[in-house]
Amino acid sequence: MFRLTYLGPALAVLLLAGPVGFGLAGTVLPAFGISPGFGGGSFGLHYFRELFAQPALFCSITLSLTSGLASAVLSLLIVMLFTAAFAGTATFRRMQHLLGPLLSLPHAAAALAIAFLVAPSGMIMRLISPELTGWERPPDLLIVHDPLALSMIGALVAKEVPFLLLMTLAALPQAPVERVRQLTGALGYGRVAGFIHGAWPGIYRQIRLPVFAVIAFASSNVEVALILGPTQPQTLAARLVTWMSDPDLSQRYLASAGALLQLGVTGLAFAIWLGLERLCAALRNKAACGGLRMRRDRAVQVVSLTAMILAAGAIFAGLAALAVWSFAGLWQFPDFLPGSFTLRNWMKALPRVVEPLGTTLTIGVASAFIAAILSVLCFVHEDRTGKRAGRGGQALIYLPLIVPQVTFIFGLQFLLVASGWLATLPALLFAHLVFVMPYAYLCLKDPWRSFDRRYEQVAAGLGKSPMTTLFRIRLPMMLRPLLVLFAIGFSVSVGLYLPTVLIGAGRLTTITSEAVALASGGNRRIIGVYAFFQMLLPVAGFAIATLVPALIFRRFRGMQV
Amino acid sequence: MALALVLNQPRNDPEVYVLKKLTIALSLSIAGSFAHAHSPDPAKWESVEAEARGQTVYFNAWGGAENINSYLEWVGEELRDCCDIKLVHVKLDDTANAVAKVVAERAAGRDEGGSVDLIWINGENFASMKERGLLLEKGWAEKLPNWAYVDVENKPTVLNDFTTPVEGQAAPWGMAKLVFFHDSARIQENALPSSAEELLEWAQANPGRFSYPSPPDFIGSSFLKQVLIETVGDAAVLQQPADEADFETVSAPLFDYLDQLHRVAWREGRAFPQNYPAMKQLLADGELEIIFAFNPSEASNAIANFELPDTVRSFTFEEGTLGNTHFVAIPYNASAKAGALVTANFLMSPEAQLRKQDPEVWGDPTVLGMDKLPEPLQTGFGALDLGIATLAPEELGPVLEEPHPSWMERVEEAWKRRYTVGN
Repeated sequence: MFRLTYLGPALAVLLLAGPVGFGLAGTVLPAFGISPGFGGGSFGLHYFRELFAQPALFCSITLSLTSGLASAVLSLLIVMLFTAAFAGTATFRRMQHLLGPLLSLPHAAAALAIAFLVAPSGMIMRLISPELTGWERPPDLLIVHDPLALSMIGALVAKEVPFLLLMTLAALPQAPVERVRQLTGALGYGRVAGFIHGAWPGIYRQIRLPVFAVIAFASSNVEVALILGPTQPQTLAARLVTWMSDPDLSQRYLASAGALLQLGVTGLAFAIWLGLERLCAALRNKAACGGLRMRRDRAVQVVSLTAMILAAGAIFAGLAALAVWSFAGLWQFPDFLPGSFTLRNWMKALPRVVEPLGTTLTIGVASAFIAAILSVLCFVHEDRTGKRAGRGGQALIYLPLIVPQVTFIFGLQFLLVASGWLATLPALLFAHLVFVMPYAYLCLKDPWRSFDRRYEQVAAGLGKSPMTTLFRIRLPMMLRPLLVLFAIGFSVSVGLYLPTVLIGAGRLTTITSEAVALASGGNRRIIGVYAFFQMLLPVAGFAIATLVPALIFRRFRGMQV
Repeated sequence: MALALVLNQPRNDPEVYVLKKLTIALSLSIAGSFAHAHSPDPAKWESVEAEARGQTVYFNAWGGAENINSYLEWVGEELRDCCDIKLVHVKLDDTANAVAKVVAERAAGRDEGGSVDLIWINGENFASMKERGLLLEKGWAEKLPNWAYVDVENKPTVLNDFTTPVEGQAAPWGMAKLVFFHDSARIQENALPSSAEELLEWAQANPGRFSYPSPPDFIGSSFLKQVLIETVGDAAVLQQPADEADFETVSAPLFDYLDQLHRVAWREGRAFPQNYPAMKQLLADGELEIIFAFNPSEASNAIANFELPDTVRSFTFEEGTLGNTHFVAIPYNASAKAGALVTANFLMSPEAQLRKQDPEVWGDPTVLGMDKLPEPLQTGFGALDLGIATLAPEELGPVLEEPHPSWMERVEEAWKRRYTVGN
């Protein structure tokens, strides 16, 4: 049975590349008028002609491109400067703990939180009105849905900063940060400049794929664009989803053509990013060779810390505001707190939460569980054969994160409609697994490889079979990372919007898909209830991941942290 | 799973492609399931009820309003208790999505076992489904037992939906009329506009305090129709399909009006509320001063839910506002046709209609005729407290007829081209 471990990598490859491949095919064919199972349509480029005749299409493209790049640049910059200034300090560790929960928060919840904070009738305005502004009524300002997508970029940055910081954290041990700091310090470089010259290139190489995942998500996301993005016109991805659900079938061909365009736009963003990488490397070399030491970088340190606190603080404050809304009676502008509190919103919403909550839990737990098994199988296989996944394998793991979701989920939906599997639990589970798997694998990679193999050698020496060693030694000792994997996989599944909407087709809904649907109606009280669950579920997952090992290992000193 | 690859050779088409048409039919049809679609006969009501037992009905209905969602939950409980039917409310943000599902299923050859059993529908969605033959055969609605109570005589829109004859292919569910709301604590009653023209003047005097949901939102499109009817001159032209008239000329005054309105609208017309609930929140926040809905008791309902202050009141236009009926319809390929029929009949029942008209619950006006109801039920309707912000039925003013659905499609398309602007 132990030989069956080759199933692990095989299934993982199938799971990662299969949906992307088939999904892309299901998008490409209709885009050219070829329609699997739908009849109608004729081969040709006319859907692309129709696509480019859409009003303000180039405006949508530009929006997707710029917002994708801008949020990647800003979040990477913040993470780089903050790491440079604070790596190894107590501030760094504190921030790391503060941002941890944000990582697991769904994008939609973060966007809702920001929206409630910055809207003209939002919490900030309520705080300063009417005392500072004199406004008795909300100002007529286009902040949420602003045409330059600034609020959308803000939310994306706030959400991607924790992600990139965590990725950087994983890469830090491989970079000799402390020695570089001593060396550059001795040569007279400032803290930030020394880090960027000496340690950053090595770290960046390791977090490059996550950065591409950020660009891909930011340039093609739907949920943040719907909640905060511009409306006249919307970003390309948001318009695609509208076309996809149009009763007119030909609009689906249009959406498929648009999805290919989205692939191109994200590709273009990658290309521009590659250019930026070279430019920045050249600039850094010039600065290094020119002896730019930046000895007084206090200002940079303060700015990076402020940006970090702003990113985290905005989301926490917004979530707090949402929580208050969920208990609010009548709450008019500019009152800072509701005139009355009531449980009515909760009483009304709770019965309706039950079903999406059940689906969320089922899909989340099942996908995290399957992803955990597959990841373990992959690594056991790796240990057995001694062969590690090469660069191609690495890229494959990131595939579902780097190819824009819309481009292949559309195709998957096409195939599922034709096969009658649309809106079934297995199909939804499968779609979620595609996105949970990469995180599960990446999550387990370092803990697995850094495991002290002498334990296994001892077990083998005592005549235990590999199976027994795995189940009696390895897995119990790895309980902690396994549970973290589980919590992260679960929170990824909870946060997925587009796969849920398109594959669940409205018949299977999760907390996140319901929350985004409600966001359009602007009923803040009910949104507050849903956002609470969006927050609660991942936090509960992480609480279990922390508490269970602490309980089990309370009598094993060597297993405590 | 059967995978069939069919290559159709090019016929006498001028365009030359190696493959004119490549159709990959991916079908997971259980072999031999081509038995003819079976439809229950509503005339034999007992057999319909018997067949409906144990069925699950997927009711595709707009899910953006909490009060409607909770009303449907009550309906679900009643149906479970009386008829052993499981009602699942598939919450849509646009009814067109449900139509899209049926269209896609037909294209994929799923003529049976469809995913939609019942749709909340009217207007262009109903017209399009009827025209494409996507609905259950004619006459079923008029055979339902509760059809006897429907006020056919005084509510002509029950039989003609947006100029499309219903012909019993949809069961009337509720009445709608365009009604405006304002906060009497902020605007004096004598300052209220009484026509589209006056509304524009009011907006110019109060910049940034009026807007409408961007089409194709139902309420937003209805506002455009109201303005279209008021600005067109001879409204008779709107009863014909738009293709038979000069669309540009007929709609020119509408777009002139909108151009002027957007200059003084909320956010200068650069953004629009997404739907009615969003407008309601904006009225509560004081961002908007005048909003409108298609349900006369919306404001009273919102006051009861603490969503609007109790100083909000309603008004309509002197020359009348748009009015129509909304229906439920059954797709031709519904899985639970009997269950859907029983549900449609229940939705039309005096009991369900009475509860629906209660502003504490939803406040949607009934389609039933009071004189047709038995005595105790009449009293029940009479005793309803419609709420402080709701106009009495006689205060609602004249009803303007809905234009032919093609007008809406053209206006929405033109609106999109004109106002989805690139910088």
